[in-house]
Amino acid sequence: MVENLVMRYGDKVAVDGLSLSVERDSITAVLGPNGAGKTTTLETCEGYRAPQQGTVRVLGLDPRADRRALLPRIGVMLQDGGAWSGVRAVEMLRHVASLHAHPLDVGMLVERLGLGECGRTPYRRLSGGQQQRLSLAMAVVGRPELVFVDEPTAGMDPQARRTTWALLEELRADGVTIVLTTHYMDEAEQLADQVHVIDHGRLIASGSPFQLTRGTGNSTIRLVVTEPFPPGAPDSLQAALGPDTEVRPVNEQSLMISGPADASTLATVSAWCQQHGVLPESLTLGQRTLEDVFLQLTGRELAT
Amino acid sequence: MTTPTTPHGTFRPAPGAAPFATQVSAQARMETRLLLRNGEQLLLAVVIPLIVLVGGVLAADRVGLDFPYGVVDTLTPGVLALAVMSTSFTSLAIATGFERRYGVLKRLGASPLPRSGLLLGKVGALLFVELLQVLTISLVALALGWSPDLSVGTVLGALAVVLLGTAAFASLGLLIAGTLRAEATLAAANLVYLLLMAGGAVVIPSTSYGAFGPVTELLPSGALGNGMREALLHGALPVVPLLVLAAWAAVGTLLTSRTFTWE
Repeated sequence: MVENLVMRYGDKVAVDGLSLSVERDSITAVLGPNGAGKTTTLETCEGYRAPQQGTVRVLGLDPRADRRALLPRIGVMLQDGGAWSGVRAVEMLRHVASLHAHPLDVGMLVERLGLGECGRTPYRRLSGGQQQRLSLAMAVVGRPELVFVDEPTAGMDPQARRTTWALLEELRADGVTIVLTTHYMDEAEQLADQVHVIDHGRLIASGSPFQLTRGTGNSTIRLVVTEPFPPGAPDSLQAALGPDTEVRPVNEQSLMISGPADASTLATVSAWCQQHGVLPESLTLGQRTLEDVFLQLTGRELAT
Repeated sequence: MTTPTTPHGTFRPAPGAAPFATQVSAQARMETRLLLRNGEQLLLAVVIPLIVLVGGVLAADRVGLDFPYGVVDTLTPGVLALAVMSTSFTSLAIATGFERRYGVLKRLGASPLPRSGLLLGKVGALLFVELLQVLTISLVALALGWSPDLSVGTVLGALAVVLLGTAAFASLGLLIAGTLRAEATLAAANLVYLLLMAGGAVVIPSTSYGAFGPVTELLPSGALGNGMREALLHGALPVVPLLVLAAWAAVGTLLTSRTFTWE
């Protein structure tokens, strides 16, 4: 779908030789920190930007040259804006619906996304979450085959997030292909069939959440301590644990240990803590999360 | 709280664009509603022209201003021109500037509505609002004793002036909206409107501007005002104003199509 895409803004390279594809009838997450090139990639697929290098095909069409044929078939949720400042939520949704041949029932969608509560309030005075839900409704009301959603739940409260996730899952069940960008790990883990992890405009990993998190067969231990570690702590812990494990500093008060999470590893870690006079605040044992995968691949935290 | 669900198959894809005419009419109705909802624009569109008309008539009586024709007959065509200018230029520029700012143009750019449909929708909304303006102002003018020179020819002439004036000013309004930021567009569109209202021979005939008069005849505002006066006051075919407006429309459209950015 995207092949060898390169996009630059001035000197800054936003997307650097990115290639990825999307399966039909699935949810694909493009995961990465802010500034990773997610939105630029999405907007190139939506036809807003022309690829500076490489090719992009969406549903087999060129998003620029075949724009008129492609647009009715895709739905687009922008990260923000997209409505007149004085327009009412339902009025805006009805308008977008009227541009399509076989739109969804607007009343159903309004109820489904809780937009009825917006009443006669003009768009500029809706809450961020309400604007997001309206934006999602506008993306799907035309009954598209493929929906692009850019950070669909950024800034939403937990209830609205669950509603949004449930809607996206229902869309997939009914045969809609969904491409979403997110910097939320749990969103990608929960929703996506396929995850593309990108950073600095490059694809650094692809796979199902299962493949990505269980890929090595190892588990993860996260150690958080009450005071900053003494200098050289990761190296000395690494030496104590031996070559089967990998110790990575997360910040000055936490680090991550990948390897066999068995009793002997735990015993070694607590002995090491005692020996170095650091007090563990928490020692979390668990499967790797996408967060850990990202950390392992980039050496950086994803959270913003 | 439970998450509501919908029957399986509700979201089954059924993509497609509505017929072009349906899209244009939806866009025109939407834009008309938004124009009429905006209080400031309504002030600009109807209240200011009416103040100029009524105030002008009262002031002329008081200071004994002497036009070769009656005061209402002289002022009304120009006030109609002012109303057309306020909608097709100032309102359009401000609305479009903020549409860019708020990502409306970007959003609609991803909908089935093509750009030609968006433009036609805007034109439809402009013409509808102008119709309401002309009706309101004409009724007030008639109540003040306006007796226009009405014949098929003069009405068609005035209509041609309104249409070409709308085209000229709309292209100039879009030129500003497409190049400046939204706030700068707001300021510039209002400033130009005020300057043209005072010095652009819209309401007051070019002949009242002395040596500056011939220059005002070449301004789009002067051509619009003089054209309306030639048709409705003198019963003549406004040939020169129509040519001037056509030239402005051509230049404005060319520049706008070269410079307009949708985001």
